[in-house]
Amino acid sequence: MEYQAKELFAKHGVATTLGVVVETAEAAKAAAEQIGGVTVIKAQVKAGGRGKAGGVKLAKTADEAFEHASNILGMEIKGLTVNRVLVTPATPPEEEYYFSFLLDRANRQYLCIASVEGGVEIEEVAKTNPDAVKQIPVDPGTGVDEAKAREIATEAKFPEAVFEQAVVMIQALYATFVEEDATLVEVNPLARLAGDKLEALDGKVSLDDNASEVRHPDHEQFEIREEADPLEAKAKDKGLNYVKLDGQVGIIGNGAGLVMSTLDVVAYAGEAHGGVKPANFLDIGGGANAQVMADGLDVILNDPQVKSVFVNVFGGITACDEVANGIKGALEILGDEASKPLVVRLDGNNVEKGRAILDELNHPLVTQVDTMDGAADKAAELANA
Amino acid sequence: MSIYLNKDSKIIVQGITGGMGSKHTTLMIESGSNIVGGVNARKAGTTVELAGTTQPVFGTVEEAMKETGADVSVVFVPPAFTKDACIEAIDAGIGLLVVITEGVPVQDTAEVWSYLQSEANHAGTRMIGPNCPGIITPGESLAGITPHTIAGTGPIGLVSKSGTLTYQMMYELRDYGFSTAIGIGGDPVIGTTHIDALAAFEADPDTKAIVMIGEIGGDAEERAAAYIKDNVTKPVVGYVAGFTAPEGKTMGHAGAIVSGSSGTAQAKKEALEAVGVKVGKTPSETAALMREILETL
Repeated sequence: MEYQAKELFAKHGVATTLGVVVETAEAAKAAAEQIGGVTVIKAQVKAGGRGKAGGVKLAKTADEAFEHASNILGMEIKGLTVNRVLVTPATPPEEEYYFSFLLDRANRQYLCIASVEGGVEIEEVAKTNPDAVKQIPVDPGTGVDEAKAREIATEAKFPEAVFEQAVVMIQALYATFVEEDATLVEVNPLARLAGDKLEALDGKVSLDDNASEVRHPDHEQFEIREEADPLEAKAKDKGLNYVKLDGQVGIIGNGAGLVMSTLDVVAYAGEAHGGVKPANFLDIGGGANAQVMADGLDVILNDPQVKSVFVNVFGGITACDEVANGIKGALEILGDEASKPLVVRLDGNNVEKGRAILDELNHPLVTQVDTMDGAADKAAELANA
Repeated sequence: MSIYLNKDSKIIVQGITGGMGSKHTTLMIESGSNIVGGVNARKAGTTVELAGTTQPVFGTVEEAMKETGADVSVVFVPPAFTKDACIEAIDAGIGLLVVITEGVPVQDTAEVWSYLQSEANHAGTRMIGPNCPGIITPGESLAGITPHTIAGTGPIGLVSKSGTLTYQMMYELRDYGFSTAIGIGGDPVIGTTHIDALAAFEADPDTKAIVMIGEIGGDAEERAAAYIKDNVTKPVVGYVAGFTAPEGKTMGHAGAIVSGSSGTAQAKKEALEAVGVKVGKTPSETAALMREILETL
């Protein structure tokens, strides 16, 4: 969110005005009084187009700040409820620029994108006047030192009056990008204020989850719990790799690629069964033991939309008999909680043993199907029953 | 013949003493790979007993290469230390660097890739991964975690972003077998790409047809399609996972994300079909398309 991006900017010396983040209209009024003068009340959600949605308003007085904040708080922007607003001094820009560093995955390097023509509507500028949007590659090995920052500022054609400030800011933004392990650091608009002062008026930072896990325990504070789907939050607490979707067929599988593929195969099969769709992505990884399987089933069975569950496991390193014992154990752990039909497809390492374990279990909810396509069809049929 | 890895490959394991490292070194030895030792600076000079063999542990990759003649290294070290492990191996001049580790910060991989492009990489190290199952030339050698029991040697070359889809596809086509199967990994930045593998398979006389497996995120598949059009004469069958993935959500693999309208499975499928690659709707259908081709060869 904007206020979090600005906190990171400030930490690395990027010129910005933090403002005050509040959760009530009363607090917004108090903040506006404290700041004094004209303020801006800005909805804080992880979505673009906040202004167009009516989530950004100018307040001439503290009472107006109260009024705008009460309207904005609780409004929905792109499906996200606004729970916080940022109150900042209104600083009308004389000029607006665009600036970002990002990971350019196709070219396996970093890319700086800068434009001194128009800030907020950068996509429009890119279409109508592509020459005004400069793309400057950055080698991850050498990064951005002062000389490179000057090269970027020159290429981007920053006006002389703010040129030296731009050189400093470019280095500070690169420090934000590298030291926080970001995949995107964007300032939009980067504003030239009265008195030729360069400032980041709004911004966005996307962080690399892998890096946050490895070396930025403090990044956890940026997670907004209330915006997460409750089932996704529960799965995360259990260490499961789960994404909630809209369908009726719960999915458990091993390996990200196979699970993605399973979702697709279920969606195709669903076309013949009333259009049922996959209800989630859940990758239980290599070691599908009873506890992991039980945790996974527990999350999926708590999804009220789920009508059937498809367990699709290819035994690579993991043997199918271990997986079958995992399913057996999970059903024991869950007891009566397990209430929806399970279609199981096991294949690969020790498949005969695995299937025999489930045959012997003879659980009323469990159906075994030998092929992935066949099992998807069965699961879709059961979800449509 | 095969690509990148064969029976003469001498393999060391960086992180041989760790849980994952020792487990998979055992499996590699059992598959017939020529494992000649491992690296762990803190346990240099010791040995480990794995699958009935005694493996020497060296302090550095350089020392391990000097003592054993190794030309391949498989990396199992934790994500926080993967960058340094890779740089060390590149500095030592390893020929093939297979990085299995999942969860490596993407800027670390970007730095390693930059290093691979610099003069410091005097030996021209090829990196596979990270976040991949590695590479197997069935019946000859395995450098990674792909189960060697799934399929034997044969005419199909396979390149995939996903580990389990590699296993699934090898299993579906196990009666034909594979020249080499390579998992290039699901991270946003990787070493060896679909295009690299396609070029190598095209040049490999024992590979008669190629299966290419992609997934959402990035534009590697679109680039591969453009490459196939101009450079690949062997038949290619494709599969793309993630048609039902929602926008903006990471699907397991760090690189598997649809951003706005880019990186969709549909766009990848269309790009491949536009250059004559047959794309299956499911893994089984993809295998069936490959069978049809193999029967005519």
